[in-house]
Amino acid sequence: MSTPIVEIRNLSKNFKGRQAVDDLSFSIHPGDVYGFLGQNGAGKSTTMRMLLGLIFPDAGQIFINGEEFGNNRRYLLKHIGAIIERPDMYGYLSGRDNLRIMAALTRERIPDSRIYDVLEQVGLRGREKDKVKTYSQGMKQRLGIAIALVHQPDLLILDEPTNGLDPQGIAEMRQLILSLSRDHGKTVLVSSHLLHEIEQVATRMLVLHKGKKIAEGPVTELINPDDMLVDVVTRASAEERVRSSVWGEILVASAGNTMTFKMNAARVPELNKWLVEQGVAVMEIRSKHSLEDYFIAITQ
Amino acid sequence: MMKLLQIELYKIFRRPRTYISFGVVTAIAFIFQLAMKAGGREFFEFGMQDVTDTFNVQGSIINGYLVGYLILQSLLVQIPLLVALVAGDTLAGEANLGTLRLLLTRPISRPQLVLIKFLASSVYTILLILWLAVVALFLSLLLFGTGDMINLKSETFVLLLKDDVMWRYGCAFLFAVVAMTAIAALSLFLSAFADNSIGPIIATMAIVVVLTILSNLELPLFNAIRPYLFTSHMIGWKGFFDDPIPYAAIGKSAMVLVLYILGLVGGTIFYFNKKDISS
Repeated sequence: MSTPIVEIRNLSKNFKGRQAVDDLSFSIHPGDVYGFLGQNGAGKSTTMRMLLGLIFPDAGQIFINGEEFGNNRRYLLKHIGAIIERPDMYGYLSGRDNLRIMAALTRERIPDSRIYDVLEQVGLRGREKDKVKTYSQGMKQRLGIAIALVHQPDLLILDEPTNGLDPQGIAEMRQLILSLSRDHGKTVLVSSHLLHEIEQVATRMLVLHKGKKIAEGPVTELINPDDMLVDVVTRASAEERVRSSVWGEILVASAGNTMTFKMNAARVPELNKWLVEQGVAVMEIRSKHSLEDYFIAITQ
Repeated sequence: MMKLLQIELYKIFRRPRTYISFGVVTAIAFIFQLAMKAGGREFFEFGMQDVTDTFNVQGSIINGYLVGYLILQSLLVQIPLLVALVAGDTLAGEANLGTLRLLLTRPISRPQLVLIKFLASSVYTILLILWLAVVALFLSLLLFGTGDMINLKSETFVLLLKDDVMWRYGCAFLFAVVAMTAIAALSLFLSAFADNSIGPIIATMAIVVVLTILSNLELPLFNAIRPYLFTSHMIGWKGFFDDPIPYAAIGKSAMVLVLYILGLVGGTIFYFNKKDISS
C-alpha cells in the first residue's frame, strides 16, 4: 500500500478542561476523498486546524507524506490547500487581488495565467475585479476553493465547504470536489455534519463524536444499506400484526402510528406490499437519513 | 521577505481607514496654522512680555519654525493614537476578519509573519512622520516664512538662528520615528493577544496616557521608575531644540526606546509562536 498522504497518530487536544480531540488516529491515502463526519463540536475543525498547524496538539503526531508535520511545517504546507470554517477574505480587495496575495504567500512563482485558470475553474471569471464584499456566500466559498487550489497542492482540506450555500451552490460544490478528485487527482479531506454530503462525495469516512473516533472505513461499508432506518406511518397502529410476523425482527421502535424499521432500502416496496395485503392503510413511508439516526444505527 | 512586506503594505494602504491618520494630522496642523495666522501675534506678545521687557526683539517671531514646533508639541498624544490605529490592527484585525487562519495555512513561519507586520507598521509610522513634517513644518514655512526660532521654556528661552534650525528638525523627526516605532511595537504586542483591534488600540492609548502621567509627576515615589518608562524618553526629540544639545540624554533615550522595541517585538514573536489560532 502507498504511503499515506496524511497519518494521524494518537492526537489529543484539550481546551480548558474540554476534551476536543481524544486519542485520534487515522490515515488518508493519495486519491481518497476522505469524509470527516460529526456533529457541531465533535472535533472536526480542531483536528483540521491541528493538521494545518493553527492549533498545537497536546499529544500525538501528524505526518504528511511520511514526514512529521511539526518539524517541517513550512515545507509541508506547500503541498496543502485549505479552507477552515468560513472563507474569510479581505472584503475591500477584489477577488483577484485576494487570490494574488494568497498565491504570493506560497513563496512559489505563480503566473497570472494560473490565477485566471483557477478563477475559471471555480466559475469566478468575469467577477474577479469586483470587491469581495460584493460577493455572495457561494462566490466567497468558491474563491476560498480557488485560494486553496492556486498553488496546485496535492492535499485539499475543506472544512464544511457547503456551509451557508443554497441548494444549487451545494450541488456545484459537490461536483467541484468530485471533479478535483477524479479529474485532477487531488486527495481531499472534507468535513460535514451532514451524512448525505459525505455519502455523496467521499470514498472513505471517519465518524467523530465528542472528539473520539467511533467509526472509520469505506463509505460503502459504513453506510450499510441494511442499516437504513425507515419510518412507516399507518392510519391505525399495526405494531401487533408486524411483531407477530417476520418483519417484527427488524422493527426497532414504535410510537403511536409510526413504526421504525432497520432494513435494506431495497426491501421497502416488499414491506409496503405486505402491509397493504394485511389491510393496513399506509399513510407515509420515509427514510431517516440524518446524522443523529446514523449515530443511533451504528451505535445500536 | 521584500515580497511579503510589499503585500502587507498593499493591504494597509488599500484600506480607506489608513488615510484617516493622514487626514487627522493635516486637519490639526491646518487648524493650528489658521489660528496662528488669525490671532497668533497677540497671543505671542502676551506670552513674550517678560522677554520683550528685557530684550529688544526684532523681526518675525511667529515664523514657520516656531509654528511647526508648536504643532509637534500639541500632537504628542494624538500621534501615538494614530500609530496604534494601524499597528494595533495588524494581528488582531486579521484575527477579527478571519484572514489570520488563512495566512497561517500558507508556507510562512509565524516569526516571519510578526516581523513583516512590524516592518509594515514601521513603514506606515515613517510615512506618517514624514507627512507630519510636510504639513507641520513645510506648510508652516510656506505660510509664515522663515526666521530665527524662539524656543520658549518654563523659565528660560532658547534663540536658534534660522540657518541652524532645519537640521535640528531633521534629527527631531528621526527621533520621533524611533519613539513612534516603540508605540507601534507596543500595539503589535497587544494585538497578538486579541481577536479584535479595538482592544489593542485602547490598551495602547491607556498605557501611553498612564505612563505619560507617571513620567510627568514630580513625586519621589515615581523617581525610581521614571527612567525606565518609555514615555519619559518619547519627548527626547525636544532636546534637539536646546542649546547646547544634550546629546548624551538624547542618546540614552533613543537606546531605551530601541530596547523597548526589541523587547516588545521579541515578546510578540515568543507569544504568537505558541498561540492556538482559534479565531
